[in-house]
Amino acid sequence: MKPATWIRLAALVIVVLAIEAACRLGFVSELTMVPPSDMVIGLVGVLRSGEMRGEIATTLEGIALAASGSVIVGFLLGAGLHALPRVRASLDPVLATYYAIPTFIFYPMFIVFFGMNRIPIIIIGFMFAFVAMMTSTMNGLDRVAPVLLRSARMFRMGKAATIARIVLPAAAPYLFNGVKLAVAYAFVGVLGAEFILSGSGVGYEIAFAFNGFDNQRMYALILLVVVVVATVNGLLLNRERALLRRRGA
Amino acid sequence: MSIAVLSRRQRATDGATLLLVVLFLWQVLYEVVGASALSPPIATTLNAWMMLASADFWPNVASTFRALAIAVVVETVAGLALGALFGLNRLLGEVVEPVIMAFYAVPKIVFYPVVLMTCGIGPTSVVVFAVMHGILPILLFTMNAVRAIRPIYLRTGRVLRLNTAQTMWRIALPAAVPEVFTGLRIGFAATMLGVLLSEMFGSKNGIGFLLMNAIGLNQVKTIMALTFLLAGFAALVNLALLAVDRRLHRRA
Repeated sequence: MKPATWIRLAALVIVVLAIEAACRLGFVSELTMVPPSDMVIGLVGVLRSGEMRGEIATTLEGIALAASGSVIVGFLLGAGLHALPRVRASLDPVLATYYAIPTFIFYPMFIVFFGMNRIPIIIIGFMFAFVAMMTSTMNGLDRVAPVLLRSARMFRMGKAATIARIVLPAAAPYLFNGVKLAVAYAFVGVLGAEFILSGSGVGYEIAFAFNGFDNQRMYALILLVVVVVATVNGLLLNRERALLRRRGA
Repeated sequence: MSIAVLSRRQRATDGATLLLVVLFLWQVLYEVVGASALSPPIATTLNAWMMLASADFWPNVASTFRALAIAVVVETVAGLALGALFGLNRLLGEVVEPVIMAFYAVPKIVFYPVVLMTCGIGPTSVVVFAVMHGILPILLFTMNAVRAIRPIYLRTGRVLRLNTAQTMWRIALPAAVPEVFTGLRIGFAATMLGVLLSEMFGSKNGIGFLLMNAIGLNQVKTIMALTFLLAGFAALVNLALLAVDRRLHRRA
């Protein structure tokens, strides 16, 4: 392992131990934060009892639907706009501003449209995510080097072959970056919407435990979210690095 | 093929067309779902205007803007300082970067209860939660901008025997300004989200509180008017910042 990795691990261990000590010695009250070891025990308890299995499945299913939907729709819209520069130019200010508008403010409207169920939550996740995929797709397609397209013509490739063998592989790093962002945004959107106003999912369970002063359960669930998100994010980052390494970047 | 080929007039026409299409779809959607779910474009504009004219709206605006302003100042100072530090010190940067990236990807809302329990209900927790949202883009963009500074600039600083603080202020910051500004722009948007979310749950005033109140009472008109005003404000600020951003990047 690299020295930086060791230092990071050591620093994290020291921080966790310091928090543990602060909690156990009473510097931090039990009402504010439970000791990290209790968070882990709580998490193991929650996972072993299986009481949360349904909620975890619901949340992951929502995230998966929002992420895959936004990757597909975002890619198609991005490719479409790439082909229509004039429409793209007029949409440019909208796309540049999109993430400045807090998507959650539309949530009440979606509840009125679709009712208090999973659909508004998944749509919020989708709305958070698809524009990132769309912009990444357009970025990637913009950056396909003209020389590659000329070589495709030299080999007399048809349109389908050019797309499959030249354009998509050349744009792959950007597309993958889009997928990575879409997954992260789907997590934020779905968990956030569950937390705010809903009756199901892990986000809702955190809010529920919070309202019921059930600190151990709340911190256990927060830990669960942090671990899952960090793992998924780390895996995607590794894949991305491998992809870039193979291209010699 | 490129955007530059379009004339100014063509672009204006295209923009107006887009606006008309959006308004038309909004109206059509209203005709389909009815007044219990949506208020139409003209009525929403009028409602928003009436809201702006009413006296009890402005104290809430003031409290939201106060939190926003404090959060922006705090996160800008802290984000710039930490970003420059992590960018200049390679080892330190390498140590903290994965941790920051992981924290960046976690939905901040799950930490909201922790903030509320440590800071209590009120303006402090609003500011803290907003800073949690806004500081990361500023920090990350500053760090990467500082890393990308050409080494010769820093060597010049060493030749001139500048200390770390002077190097940061006189060399690292000016060289990194365009990227840093992009971070500030994105950070601002995130901060606004943080303020609104926090006001929705842990505050007795502010625009987020008004929104939550309207949701609780199912006042579609108020929800739509607030959404309209918020989206309009966010869009205007972002477009203004974007114009500065593009100018800085062109100059660099």
